[in-house]
Amino acid sequence: MKHANYFKSFSLITIWIWLFLFALLPFALMLIASVLSHDENTIVRLPFTFSNYTELNRLLYIHIFWRSLVIATIATTLCLLLGYPFAFLIARLQSKWKNFLILLIIIPFWTSSLIRSYALIALIKTKGVINAVFLALGLIHQPFLLLFTNTAVMIGLVYNLLPFMILPIMTNVERLDNRLIDAARDLGANQLTIFRKIIIPLTMPGIIAGCILVFLPAMTIFYIPDILGGAKSILIGNVIQNQFLIAQNWPFGSAISAVLTLLLATFILIYRFVSRGNKKEEWL
Amino acid sequence: MKKIYLTIIYLFFYLPIAILIFYSFNNAEYSLVWHGFTWSWYQELFDDTALWIAAWHSFVLGIAAATAATIIGLFAAVSLYRYQFFGRNFFNAVIYALILTPEIVTGASMLLLLALLQLRLGFFTLFLAHASFCIPFVIVILYSRLVSFDKNIFEAAKDLGAEDGLIFRQIIIPLLWPAILAGWLMSFTLSLDDVIISYFVSGPEFQILPLQIYSMVRMGIKPEINALCSVLFVVTMGLVISAQFALRKKT
Repeated sequence: MKHANYFKSFSLITIWIWLFLFALLPFALMLIASVLSHDENTIVRLPFTFSNYTELNRLLYIHIFWRSLVIATIATTLCLLLGYPFAFLIARLQSKWKNFLILLIIIPFWTSSLIRSYALIALIKTKGVINAVFLALGLIHQPFLLLFTNTAVMIGLVYNLLPFMILPIMTNVERLDNRLIDAARDLGANQLTIFRKIIIPLTMPGIIAGCILVFLPAMTIFYIPDILGGAKSILIGNVIQNQFLIAQNWPFGSAISAVLTLLLATFILIYRFVSRGNKKEEWL
Repeated sequence: MKKIYLTIIYLFFYLPIAILIFYSFNNAEYSLVWHGFTWSWYQELFDDTALWIAAWHSFVLGIAAATAATIIGLFAAVSLYRYQFFGRNFFNAVIYALILTPEIVTGASMLLLLALLQLRLGFFTLFLAHASFCIPFVIVILYSRLVSFDKNIFEAAKDLGAEDGLIFRQIIIPLLWPAILAGWLMSFTLSLDDVIISYFVSGPEFQILPLQIYSMVRMGIKPEINALCSVLFVVTMGLVISAQFALRKKT
């Protein structure tokens, strides 16, 4: 080529600067901060130490990590059980309303989950809509306590994260080749076999993408346990937020974040390894 | 049977929001019972100067962050689509990782960066953080539209002597503009709604709407919050619908 390709150089330099400065550097800083010390007067200081990581080995933190994992797993399972049939039905719907119905799923995907969590409060508080309806119907005689319990946190997580499960699965089901199902039926497969041997394996990338997109935020959205849960509902996200912004112990907060990131990255790598036979995820 | 299931899930999604909007017009402070229609909570909202300031801040921040994110995201998507550069796969992997990184980790690590750069927490730090976390989403939206184009267009332009800058201005931008608009609207929405990252990188002098709502919600339920949340939900819903229409438009 005669002249230098200014456009190409400009684009590449711009995007690499962004990537280094705002993606790689902050993460490197987190790793560095996690092995630094902390005292009352200085947020981070030398010497290097591993005490932040050994501190994590205390029962309290192991317990919170474990609880977060359990809660995120239950939330993901519930989202999958509720979301899969829904995504499947919507994707295979023959209706002039189909685009509108899909739009109704995309809206909660992008709108504020804080506002949507807040909206749940009116529904589940002791003098809320659910209790009022159940009392009126005579199903219960005493209003039950829901708000500020772990159940409320679970409802909040499923309510907020369900669209993240539905959308990738829906995209996958839409691409499903109907001829495969017809062929299987012609060869004598029953509904259950078709579902198990054809539909599930072919929609597996969507299921995996959905599970990842639900599981990761479920462990870390700190405001859901904060506004819907009680004092015992805190998750690992609340601990990180607290260490950074209230206790001002950035090294310890960084260590928790690093362990969390490592844990989540391991899960994703395992998932990717297991699903290596499938094509790339194309869920967004 | 199918219809019942779909209806239940849609009710699950929208009933809480409908109830929220309904009670924002209820003429009573805490009651579940309907006490007649009122605009008074919206009036109170309208008179709340602190909220107006926060809303204005969020609006300016959203526009600035969305614009910056769209520009950089556009360069990134076009580079990934057109060039085989050193580290391309690595770049791709980092984009994927950034989308999956929990917001709390992004927020905390961004705070460390801002501390290293010795920046005072305020508009500028929020702008950097918001623009940065929106970029991967813009890239994904734009890239998925770019791959649907006919590659021959670019080859033809190149054969006719167009250089990359000209191809970018004369072909890519005109063809891609609905997706660019959609990416911008999505970034604006993300910025307007973000709680977690903002919580880490904002300072007391520059209050923004989502954090204001968060502190109001934590302090207790007042009908004024119902009104505010209703307004914001309707606004972001409008933005999302516009973005979807922009994306669906055939070019």
